[in-house]
This record gives sequence, C-alpha cells and structure tokens, in this order.
Amino acid sequence: MEKFEKLQGIAAPMPLVNIDTDMIIPKVFLKSIQRTGFGKNLFDEMRYNRDGTEIEDFVLNKPQYRDAEILIAGDNFGCGSSREHAPWAIADFGIKCVVSTSFADIFFNNCFKNGILPIVLPQEQVDTLMADAEKGANARMTVDLEAQEITTSDGETMAFEVDAFKKHCLLEGLDDIGLTMEKKASIDAFEAKASAARPWV
Amino acid sequence: MTAPKTLYDKIWDAHVAHEADDGTCLLYIDRHLVHEVTSPQAFEGLRMAGRKVHAPDKTIAVPDHNVPTTAGREDPAQMTEESRIQVAALDTNAKEFGINYYPMNDVRQGIVHIVGPEQGWTLPGMTVVCGDSHTATHGAFGALAHGIGTSEVEHVLATQTLIQKKSKNMKVEITGKLKPGVTAKDITLAVIGETGTGGGTGYVIEYCGEAIRDLSMEGRMTVCNMAIEGGARAGLIAPDETTFEYVKGRPHAPKGGQFEQALEYWKTLFTDEGAHFDKVVTLKGEEIEPVVTWGTSPEDVLPISGVVPSPSDFEGGKVDAAARSIDYMGLTPGQKLTDIEIDTVFIGSCTNGRIEDLRAVAEVVKGKKIKDGMRAMVVPGSGLVRAQAEEEGLADIFKDAGFEWRLAGCSMCLAMNPDQLSENERCASTSNRNFEGRQGYKGRTHLVSPAMAAAAALTGKLTDVRELM
Repeated sequence: MEKFEKLQGIAAPMPLVNIDTDMIIPKVFLKSIQRTGFGKNLFDEMRYNRDGTEIEDFVLNKPQYRDAEILIAGDNFGCGSSREHAPWAIADFGIKCVVSTSFADIFFNNCFKNGILPIVLPQEQVDTLMADAEKGANARMTVDLEAQEITTSDGETMAFEVDAFKKHCLLEGLDDIGLTMEKKASIDAFEAKASAARPWV
Repeated sequence: MTAPKTLYDKIWDAHVAHEADDGTCLLYIDRHLVHEVTSPQAFEGLRMAGRKVHAPDKTIAVPDHNVPTTAGREDPAQMTEESRIQVAALDTNAKEFGINYYPMNDVRQGIVHIVGPEQGWTLPGMTVVCGDSHTATHGAFGALAHGIGTSEVEHVLATQTLIQKKSKNMKVEITGKLKPGVTAKDITLAVIGETGTGGGTGYVIEYCGEAIRDLSMEGRMTVCNMAIEGGARAGLIAPDETTFEYVKGRPHAPKGGQFEQALEYWKTLFTDEGAHFDKVVTLKGEEIEPVVTWGTSPEDVLPISGVVPSPSDFEGGKVDAAARSIDYMGLTPGQKLTDIEIDTVFIGSCTNGRIEDLRAVAEVVKGKKIKDGMRAMVVPGSGLVRAQAEEEGLADIFKDAGFEWRLAGCSMCLAMNPDQLSENERCASTSNRNFEGRQGYKGRTHLVSPAMAAAAALTGKLTDVRELM
C-alpha cells in the first residue's frame, strides 16, 4: 500500500446524506475479479446517463472538481454493503480523503485498507468544509495526517481524531496481514487453548 | 467477583487472541463464509504472496450472488461472461485452497447466510464473518457475526483472525406480543425507522424482550439480518431452547457427548443481570404495525396505514434526501401508501428466503390468483428450502396462484443475476435494501414482510395483509 503523504488538493462537496455503496459503485461493476479499474464507474448512476454521456451537473463532472482528491460528504457516508469495490473505486478515481459527520462501519474500515483517510468531524466543521469546497478548484484544502489537521483554503485549521494503529499503518503504507503474521505464536496458542475448551468448533 | 457482562462482552472475551496496548485486538474467527463476488481478489492476494488458507476446515464457500435462478441454469448461456468467470473463480479457489464448498449444482447450494445455519456451521457463541454485510444474520444464534471487506477476507483466510477494536453495547428490547399479521420483518424495519440507518453505528445490538423470545429461528435471523441497515456492526440474540432445538442434528453441529458439552457452554451465553449497555431502545411489540418503506433508505419506514411524507416533515440533510427519494420513487406527498400500485413482487433473499417465510406467503395466496399483469416470483434461499417447500405443497400453491417458482440464489435482492427491475418498475420486495438502483437501474423498491408482499401480489397495490386474513 502507498504511504499516505500530506495532501493538498481540491475538495468536492457532496452534501447528500446516506450515500450508500450502491451509489458509490453499482453492482453491475462488482463482477470484476480485479482490484483496479473501478474509478471510471465511481458514482456511475449519478454521474452518467444511460447512453454513457456525462450528467453535467453531477459534482465530479464539473470542470473544477474533475481532479478532486478530497470528498466532503453528508452524514452516514458509505452505508450498505461490505463491498470493498466502493473504496477501490474512490481510490482509483484519485480521492484519498473523505470527510463526513459519520461513516458506516465496514466502509470506514475498508478505507484504511486502501490508503484512504476517512475523517469524522462535527456537523459545524463539516459545514465549514462544505462551504469551502463549494468554492471550486481554487480552494485547495490541506490534510495533514501526521499532525491530524485539516486546513481550509482560508487557513482555518481543524483537528481530527484517528485511531493510532490505523494512522501508523496509513502513514507507513503497512500491510495488515504481514503485521498479524508476526503474531503467529499468539494465534497458535489461542487456537490450542480454544480447541481444548470448545472442541466442537 | 467479575463485573457483569453482556452477551457481546462474553463472546468477544472468548475470542481475543492478542491485545495490543492501545486496545487493538486480534479476534479469532470460528467460521469464515465466502461467496463469489467479494473473494476473488482475496484469493488472488494469497496466491501472489504464496500464502495458504490458515483453517480450510473453518472456511465455507458457496456461489449465490451471480447465479441464475431459472431452470437449466447449468447452461452457461444463462450467465453473462463476467458472472461465469466469477463463479468459475470460486470453483477453482475452493478446490485449490481445499475449503468446504457447495457448488451451484449441489442441492445444498443457496444464499450463504441461509446455507451456514442450515448446515449447522453457525453455532452459538461463535465468531462468524463473511465478505457480505448481511452476515449479521448469524447473530440470531448468539454468534458474533459481521460483514467484512475483501482485504479483511484475505486477512481472515491467511490468519483466521481479524484486527478489531471492540464496539459499544446497545440493547433493543421489544416488549409484549406482536399482533396477528405483524412479523419479524416488521420488527426489524420498525427498529430502523426508530433509530435511523446510522443509529447503530459503533454498536453491537442485542435484541431481547418477549416479542423476540417468541420468534422462531427463522424470524430471529430476519431481525438480525437487518441490524446492518441500522448501522450496527452486528445484531445478537441470546440462544435458548428454540436455538438449541434448531441446531441439534444439523450436519455440522456437534453430536452425542460433544453436543451435551457444547450445550452446557451455550447456556452461559446471556447478558448478566446489571451488565452495562451504552444505548437502549425499547419498542412495544403490540404497537408495531405491518410496515412498508416509501423511500430509498431502509429508515424510510411507515405503517401501511400511513401516507407518503413531505420533505418538509424532516430536518437537516434529510430534507433534500427525502425530496430526492420521493422523486426517485415517483410518489406524491400525502398519497396513501395503500394507493401505491405495484408491478412486481419479489419473495426471497437472506432476509426472507427461509421456509417459514414461504409458509407465510402460501397462507395468504392459497387458492387465490395474483393480480392480472403482475410479475411475481418466489426465490427460495437454498436448494433445501426449495425441496422442503415442494414437499409441503407450498410450491404448488405458488404456481397455482401465478408465481414463478425459482431455484436458490440472491436473485432480485441485488440484481446481479438476470433477475432485475426495469426503469420505473415498482416492486414490493421481501429483501433488505431499497437503495436507488438496488434491484435494477431506476427500479423502485418497497421493503415489506413476506405476508405483505403476498398481499400486494393479490391486490396489485401495497396492502394491509390483515384485511385479507
């Protein structure tokens, strides 16, 4: 996984609440057996007409947001399915950070596995960021994971919380499986103990 | 004396294989269920890294999302090329990595969350995961069960553990008795209507109370299945005699002396008196009505006696979301829900594709005909549910009434196979999500119980099933 570097980029506003994983990547695109190539279908049904032409007023089709790297979203972003194709599509499009007042649990976890930083902030701060994002391409925000700060184009800085372990993995681009395998002795010991206590499992 | 624990605390504590100083745990996984859509990239990851499946005997795979549900489905022409590749990839991966497998032509094949309990893989006190959000279903057994992403699927395949931090405890109590015509589906939708789709975020829910105790295992699975639609990591119901009776004798359940040993342990799986819950929601069972959804979020729930709301009935971001939903659904504020005309009825899914669900439908439609022009299908949740429904004569009741009687699979719940809604087609569906495009591009979904879906099939409108009883 790529390391999460300090990010300065365009933020796209998507104030709609409850943006679900079917909106992020409709199921017709789940049939791939690859992890890549989903970016062109990110938000497919909101982004394209049936004939494949772009829907002009969809935020990521507007010239000022086509290169967005940050998404400022309405509450409960990523609800619904466990499909990791949702963060794969977001990452493949080039978005590295999503800010909302809350995220669905599985989506939230999936983001960290794919180098995406999901940031939870109170409504008032999300409103401020949303307004900043509305300004378009000249309003570049800065996301500093190391310092746990997000800064608007006007220089207003907000602190955010992030789990220390997840932060470490993002900053270093670490592979979870490799880390867990270092604890193989603990897993083996647990297995031996559990199979004695619950042999039917 | 140890502090009182919730059921979730007990299962969690029994599965922590390693705990770091910051509270990050490696949670040991007892059962890993796998399907064809969210697993190919995980197996490919193992292959690339030269890794094996850590516990193939605890890993169970079945193709369900893509499979056609029409007769003769072994004919490759019934599947798109991409679906065929995905199912074939699971065939190959199951064989190569030596995991338990129910291929498409096996009578035990079906929706992964129906097959697991049916085969006795899911047992009380276990940890169960699957690359599918509706893994919450297995919580009905008092198992800690939740959906995971593909990276986590790979992690569990490789290590049989998951990196987790503990969630908070939430209690949802349904007191009293349900009224006739009100079912487990109405309970679970009513709860989401109450809490919202984000109300459970960060929590594991334990459902309790008399109305929950009175439910069969099938009903409990319906309730827990939709815990995820309320945002919860998992839903749980403490095991009891109903659970033990269901489990006993299943192919992979313990037998003989080992069953007795297991039973002794399972009987310790309840929330201790005085255990702490971070959030409590209580609904009165007798006040729950048959409900339907009007919008494009599972929280858009109203009793069937209600009317389509107006965006101005809501606050904050929900005002725009409601306006968008009402427009998408082609409805008018103030319109009576019972005036909404239905084109299609879908009965099935991991929410409502079990035998009890099919019995509930048969009871309503027996000896009657579905509305002229109605498209209606019953898709059993597994090959064994299908066989049992045929043996009980339910299949004939469905066919005589005008329903299509299908083979097992996820089908129109998420429309990854050929079963899809067309643009503006309106469906009363026993599935779990009414998201935009969920059942087909621009398709319109109203979530209902099996009995309510059956009623809609007969009248051609959303209907209070109690009027037909």
